[in-house]
Amino acid sequence: MGSSCPRPPGPKALRLRLGCPLLCLLQKQLPRRQEQQHFPSLDDKPQFPGASAEFIDKLEFIQPNVISGIPVYRVMDRQGQIINPSEDPHLPQEKVLKFYRSMTLLNTMDRILYESQRQGRISFYMTNYGEEGTHVGSAAALDNTDLVFGQYREAGVLMYRDYPLELFMAQCYGNVSDLGKGRQMPVHYGCRERHFVTISSPLATQIPQAVGAAYAAKRANANRVVICYFGEGAASEGDAHAGFNFAATLECPIIFFCRNNGYAISTPTSEQYRGDGIAARGPGYGIMSIRVDGNDVFAVYNATKEARRRAVAENQPFLIEAMTYRIGHHSTSDDSSAYRSVDEVNYWDKQDHPISRLRHYLQSRGWWDDEQEKAWRKQSRKKVMEAFEQAERKPKPSPSLLFSDVYQEMPAQLRKQQEALARHLQTYGEHYPLDHFEK
Amino acid sequence: MAAFAATAGGLLRLRAAGSEGQWRRLRGAGLLRGLLQPESATGVAAQRRRVAHFTFQPDPEPREYGQTQKMNLFQAITSALDNSLAKDPTAVIFGEDVAFGGVFRCTVGLRDKYGKDRVFNTPLCEQGIVGFGIGIAVTGATAIAEIQFADYIFPAFDQIVNEAAKYRYRSGDLFNCGSLTIRAPWGCVGHGALYHSQSPEAFFAHCPGIKVVVPRSPFQAKGLLLSCIEDKNPCIFFEPKILYRAAVEQVPVEPYNVPLSQAEVIQEGSDVTLVAWGTQVHVIREVAAMAQEKLGVSCEVIDLRTILPWDVDTVCKSVIKTGRLLISHEAPLTGGFASEISSTVQDRDRTFALQLCFTVISLAHSVIVLEGEETLQIPFGNSEVTEIPTAEIESPAECTQEQAGELGHVPTGACAPAPSWPPHSTSASLCSRITTPQSG
Repeated sequence: MGSSCPRPPGPKALRLRLGCPLLCLLQKQLPRRQEQQHFPSLDDKPQFPGASAEFIDKLEFIQPNVISGIPVYRVMDRQGQIINPSEDPHLPQEKVLKFYRSMTLLNTMDRILYESQRQGRISFYMTNYGEEGTHVGSAAALDNTDLVFGQYREAGVLMYRDYPLELFMAQCYGNVSDLGKGRQMPVHYGCRERHFVTISSPLATQIPQAVGAAYAAKRANANRVVICYFGEGAASEGDAHAGFNFAATLECPIIFFCRNNGYAISTPTSEQYRGDGIAARGPGYGIMSIRVDGNDVFAVYNATKEARRRAVAENQPFLIEAMTYRIGHHSTSDDSSAYRSVDEVNYWDKQDHPISRLRHYLQSRGWWDDEQEKAWRKQSRKKVMEAFEQAERKPKPSPSLLFSDVYQEMPAQLRKQQEALARHLQTYGEHYPLDHFEK
Repeated sequence: MAAFAATAGGLLRLRAAGSEGQWRRLRGAGLLRGLLQPESATGVAAQRRRVAHFTFQPDPEPREYGQTQKMNLFQAITSALDNSLAKDPTAVIFGEDVAFGGVFRCTVGLRDKYGKDRVFNTPLCEQGIVGFGIGIAVTGATAIAEIQFADYIFPAFDQIVNEAAKYRYRSGDLFNCGSLTIRAPWGCVGHGALYHSQSPEAFFAHCPGIKVVVPRSPFQAKGLLLSCIEDKNPCIFFEPKILYRAAVEQVPVEPYNVPLSQAEVIQEGSDVTLVAWGTQVHVIREVAAMAQEKLGVSCEVIDLRTILPWDVDTVCKSVIKTGRLLISHEAPLTGGFASEISSTVQDRDRTFALQLCFTVISLAHSVIVLEGEETLQIPFGNSEVTEIPTAEIESPAECTQEQAGELGHVPTGACAPAPSWPPHSTSASLCSRITTPQSG
């Protein structure tokens, strides 16, 4: 960002062009330059500090995607059958059942909360349909204390970490039980206890932050990885570029997890990028990268597990691009039939869904059957409905909480504003729905 | 190569010109200097570049913090950073070029002393620097980020305003980045022009959740920076770059704190309150001395020190006493921080019977390179002075923001006598009008 002067020519160049008398005068005026040392063995290799490479005497532009793009790693086929047995993580039954229950419970909660927005009970909601595998597969591969920075479509990570339904609902309703004190729109979850940093609306801002957190974890010898989730759309933001570059240059133990679900609201990937997705950007930064089938929970698990092991052991970043599909609308403010066909959506819902694929796997192992499925659907729905009804009955937080936590301490000006609001409500309180709020 | 071109061209011109023209007086040693400085049209040496016209006024040596050492501003900063890294093992310093000591030498010696994992360069990316700093702070470690010039802080504006400032509030205090401090060189330096001279404090003043601090001197800088680093809220610390070398004072070697959000009355007075921050504090100190000597006007001089949250009480108390307020800052007039101060003061003083003479001095453009015109006896660039004749104000309650903002012709005796005004001639007005082109 500053300017820099071009380097003046060295003494050799000047000697060739000027006569002797003036040379003496000029050499006194110009800064003294070292005689360049002569290294004959390096004569024919580029010496540029900026890149290590060979010379080439043929003019050739590198064509992007001249070979086919980075392949998609998977463990199961679309019917949930293991393709290469050596890639089967051989997870115990209980763990795989936990995968399944987390994904389906999330799905059930999504349906009910989406409906509740439609009925005017909550203001806004975002579903996770089709991406449950990316959340649960990656969460399961981490330690519980690994720090998570998300974008907004990673509720399954919290679900896997046993975040109670009551708290999901509390945040969506903005009621007194919300740990966030009712300040943000729905689905902006956060949980210190479960090491899930509170979601914010601006996209990709979490990426360089996650890198800083990873750097601090490295310094603290915490044996912790930081995982940072984002979509393929957010990966276009400058903050994503910044994050990748910092992680690589500063050698941070971080997993960049990109959910490439095909759309950023209405913008398809063909309008989001022209290169080979997000995974292909990693090597440009010097980052180990892989592309996986995001709808294959074992592929996601394996890739994240290995990335975690190496990120912590080697203090370097890893980039995982999980290919998936956003089956639902972007949010309750979106109707995706405006920009994509119902057939396209149905394909993914019916033919390549992470929950179905895992269920086939479970069933083929004899770890699950239709009866258990029926019972679990009923039970999970009941759990969600109970939490939902309770959340609706609770009041909202006190209006005085509008002013706290702006700073750690409340400065005089904010206290005055808080007092002014209190006075205003004393006089005009009847015009406000104060009954719904705690005092 | 410029030297060669000038040489050859000069020789040709000399021959052609003969005894005429601009080269004729050049002989011998003068020839070479003249040829290498082709601007010397009159044949004399080029004009010396004019630099800023103000004098740094050091404060008396502080006695209560132990041994002191002569330090300039950047050395005081280094001392604060040194103290911080010594006390706090989690503290790290990062930004562009900080490893070798920084473009303003604020981090000299720190990498050698504390290690490359604690004092390190980042890639050239302000949004990354601040985002990265936020992330460090979220884990509870102390992050001291450097932005190379305040002019370049804008790519980080989203991270500062949407993220850092709101981290604690939006998470219900589950998370915060209070241990983040951002430092940036700030303000006019004389030759900096548009992009090495900006004072962007007004943009950040509009953002609850962060603190914004500007020191006037080495002693203040070290104490305020230490307070920012220890403060549990994200802070932006702007360092007046023109003072890095020009300001020299005795500064305690050990750590100490200067409190945030407390303005300092550095000179008491009774007739008018002068408010400024950073470099302008020294300008208004000179103005106060001139006013006393030439007009017999007693000025109360206040260094605001913290822009956000600012010390409303000290400023208002002073204006209640003196009845007049003058605020001086670099940075554009419209929406500058003087507007916030002036509107708050008027709101507060509504209930007091006093006459308010309201004057704002500030730069018309954010920076104009000094032309060295001797007729302009002003410190930096061009300025626009506005004065509201108090004779037109019936009662203080009537003085609205609009009136305060009007450009008014200065009538003689414009500052009508107030109870505290001394019985001297008021014809030589403090508030003279200098007409210059203005924007913003």
